[in-house]
Amino acid sequence: MDPLAAIRETFFQECEEQLAELENGLLAMEAGDTDPETINAVFRAVHSIKGGAGAFSLEALVRFAHVFETALDEMRSGRLAPTNEVLKTLLRAADVLADHVRAAHDGSAVDEAHTAELAEELKALDPNGATAGEESEGEEDWGDFEFKPMSVDVPAAPAGPSGWRVSFKPRADLYAKANEAALLLRELGRLGQTTVELDASGLPALTELDPEAAYLAWTVTVTGDADETSIREVFEFVDGDCELEVSPLAAVAAEGEASATPVEDPGETLDIGALLARVQAVAEPPSPQQVPPAAPAPAAVATPADPSSPPDGQGQPRKPEAGATIRVDLERVDRLIDLVGELVINQAMLSQRVMEAGFARASGVAMGLDELEQLTREIQDSVMAIRAQPVKSVFQRMPRLVREVAAMTGKPVRLVTEGEGTEVDKTVIERLADPLTHMIRNAIDHGLESPEKRAAAGKPAEGVVRLTAAHRSGRIVIEVADDGGGINRERVKSIAIEKGLVAPDAALSDEEIDNLIFMPGFSTASEVSDISGRGVGMDVVRRSIQALGGRITISSRPGKGSTFTMSLPLTLAVLDGMVVSVQGQTLVAPITAIVETLLPKAGDVHSLGGSARVIAIRDTYVPLIDVGMALGYRAGPLDATQGVALLIEGEGGARAALLVDAIQGQRQVVIKSLEANYRQVPGVAAATILGDGRVALILDIDTIVAVSRGADSLRAEKRLAATG
Amino acid sequence: MSMTVLTVDDSRTMREMLRLALTEAGYRVVQAEDGLHGLEVLAAEAPTVIVTDINMPRMDGFGFIEEVRSDPQYRGVPILVLTTESDAEKKNRARMAGATGWIVKPFNPVKLVDAIRRVAA
Amino acid sequence: MTQTNANLNAAGGLRELISFRIGAQEFCVDIMAVREIRGWTAATALPQSPPFVRGVINLRGAVLPIVDLAARLGFESSETSDRHVIIVAQIGEQVVGLLVDAVSDILTVTDDVIQPTPDVASDTAKLFVRGLLAIDGRMISLIGLERVLPDFELEAA
Repeated sequence: MDPLAAIRETFFQECEEQLAELENGLLAMEAGDTDPETINAVFRAVHSIKGGAGAFSLEALVRFAHVFETALDEMRSGRLAPTNEVLKTLLRAADVLADHVRAAHDGSAVDEAHTAELAEELKALDPNGATAGEESEGEEDWGDFEFKPMSVDVPAAPAGPSGWRVSFKPRADLYAKANEAALLLRELGRLGQTTVELDASGLPALTELDPEAAYLAWTVTVTGDADETSIREVFEFVDGDCELEVSPLAAVAAEGEASATPVEDPGETLDIGALLARVQAVAEPPSPQQVPPAAPAPAAVATPADPSSPPDGQGQPRKPEAGATIRVDLERVDRLIDLVGELVINQAMLSQRVMEAGFARASGVAMGLDELEQLTREIQDSVMAIRAQPVKSVFQRMPRLVREVAAMTGKPVRLVTEGEGTEVDKTVIERLADPLTHMIRNAIDHGLESPEKRAAAGKPAEGVVRLTAAHRSGRIVIEVADDGGGINRERVKSIAIEKGLVAPDAALSDEEIDNLIFMPGFSTASEVSDISGRGVGMDVVRRSIQALGGRITISSRPGKGSTFTMSLPLTLAVLDGMVVSVQGQTLVAPITAIVETLLPKAGDVHSLGGSARVIAIRDTYVPLIDVGMALGYRAGPLDATQGVALLIEGEGGARAALLVDAIQGQRQVVIKSLEANYRQVPGVAAATILGDGRVALILDIDTIVAVSRGADSLRAEKRLAATG
Repeated sequence: MSMTVLTVDDSRTMREMLRLALTEAGYRVVQAEDGLHGLEVLAAEAPTVIVTDINMPRMDGFGFIEEVRSDPQYRGVPILVLTTESDAEKKNRARMAGATGWIVKPFNPVKLVDAIRRVAA
Repeated sequence: MTQTNANLNAAGGLRELISFRIGAQEFCVDIMAVREIRGWTAATALPQSPPFVRGVINLRGAVLPIVDLAARLGFESSETSDRHVIIVAQIGEQVVGLLVDAVSDILTVTDDVIQPTPDVASDTAKLFVRGLLAIDGRMISLIGLERVLPDFELEAA
């Protein structure tokens, strides 16, 4: 199908959607819906139909849509009340509009009399009188949408004066709207032979130069047979944002010299342009879009009009590369991912049934099933890969942040990024931006030393922050490293003691001290700085990483710097889980949180009164949390020696042991939302479906630990209250 | 490398028309369905020029232009608005928000490309 | 869509209702809300949930909460057996399974057959009963499903 015909089909499809939207909206309003967004959506529906119809020159449809739209606009602006009677008319008008759409589509006839009748009714709704019909006349000169070889209209005006003198002085507003003097001059160049004079007399001393201000003015002589209208049209977009005078050349000659100081040497013109460009480059982050305003390229100066020059100033126009990518609705991809998730579950269920049926491992059925499993995995991986995107989109935002923080702290910083092409799930990328921003701020504000200190330590004044991404064993690993002074462990420890986070006599390893910065309530800045002290600490960073199923660790070397390492899953649709049993229930614990599993011995477990217990793990005591009790599956504690303990590391690097009845095994599970049909349940992160077809709950380890400790009790209470 | 044009329009028909016209003219085209989506695509694709509709759900053209202009990184990106009407009020509001120029719908491909050439290097 | 259809039916004055039994009592819900009816399968218990939430089951890959309608309506909670059925219903954006003893009938009634609920003190009646029908000498309560899931408004606060 030719592309235009395909778009025409799209238009009619879209019309059907818009008509449905229109009708639903009007019905909702009739039922009492007063949401302004409803009337907006109704208006947009008709507006879109009109817009598309105009492009295809469907004049009858455009005319009626226009009258309809005008009435809806009145309603949208509150001048027309949506009474039932009005809505009845609008609903009937919607039917007529639908008739017109179908007529335009299949060439059938419309009831002209009925259309005219409704159009009159719609106009009668307009409190300002029936003006809509006339207005539409003004929009009738809609050209056809045709694809002909590109050509730029060169006005062939009757020979008037032999040329024009154009004085042009941009105001700052012109540049603020991303218009460019250079481009306007180039456009003038298309109209005839031009000579450009730059007036730089307004340019202040370099030190007083405001990069946002406009200092320059130009006087351009255009010779040839261009008329005044086409000259003024060049400045159409900047009307009001510049001073503009257009006068016939003959008249100017009679007036004598222009008042501006002409700078006629094009070399000098460029020098000033380059100068200004440098000033701008210093004052503002460079951007490929920012052509310095005073850089009329030599090509634009004194060139004959060239109507055939390509629209693409950066090179020859060329055909887009053949279909290397396609755009797909995210919804479709997610539907596919859901289906593949079901396939994985089904395949697991089938395997389990076959095993139960007692087929031998080497039997044809079992082997076929193995192949199916392999294939299923591959399909799953491939489908997940569709949602994957390079981390570039979030890495790209960091250079600007680094410049800002560097400026605020007065520390020169160089940002080095690596692995921008590393891919990970779109949602992971979206949710990485905040923690990364915070970590990079921290790295500069707290990690890097002042230039003086660096000099004293024999380091270059410029600090380096490295941001890297790489795939490692099925996960993405992102590192933020600085070459600063490393963590000041003395200070961190004393702050932690001061804040009551650790006992004054606690014997902590270097690693444990470094990890204190992740504890809630820890903030290294005794001076709460503007940069890092926005009320969030590393605990928040850690929590957001964990919410993504990730882990964050720190390693630090005194005098050499610190490295934060984040390891994240490549997708949020599946999770590596440890399947456990608790009081007859099957539960899944995310493997990322589990440090090790152990079989408690009687001598290791000690009661602290009530149901509180601790377990000794190589000289340290960690809380032992009975998962069955925490989730309310049983009233009394399980004999620890009858169960298995999962040593986990939760928020703030704090450790705890979760006591479960038994471990069934490890497997990748498909994450299913509980909230979709129910809601969040405390202690439960999500659900999954196991091989036997039953739902198993995935543990929210941090919440279980927090609730069991009585820490974070506010949230726990609120959640518990909610379920009552 | 050819220039990238970001088109922001809630109408699929209009998006496809813009894409056809612009790809024929040698531009690379990236698309968004409304202002919010436009901001996402903007961050990911760094277009040379933006062409945006005004009346859109979630975030309209005015809001979108203001957001774009409030980010120093994108201050220099030319933005052309599509107006169905040659409505002076909308045009002025768009300019106040920071629009570089406008294209009157229904556009013809020659005028569209011409407008882009006028604002982009 | 459901709403549009309900409107159409209402306009015609005809309604289709699915009636079901809980113990000796009969109830019904609007057929437009019912997605499917399926046999009972054991549910996975949800921690810290009200007693009338039996847990969740797998409905073709979706996680579906099961509400024991007897317990929800304030009757004795049912001992589940294979004879019990789950009415899968759409409530707003969510899909919920309602555990009942048995489905009995599809009723086609005109609006005027539905009598307003008499003023009674019971909160349960106020929450759920939308009207009463007398069919062949049996009383059938029309149940509204909007409040069937536990009330979580507390949490929004």
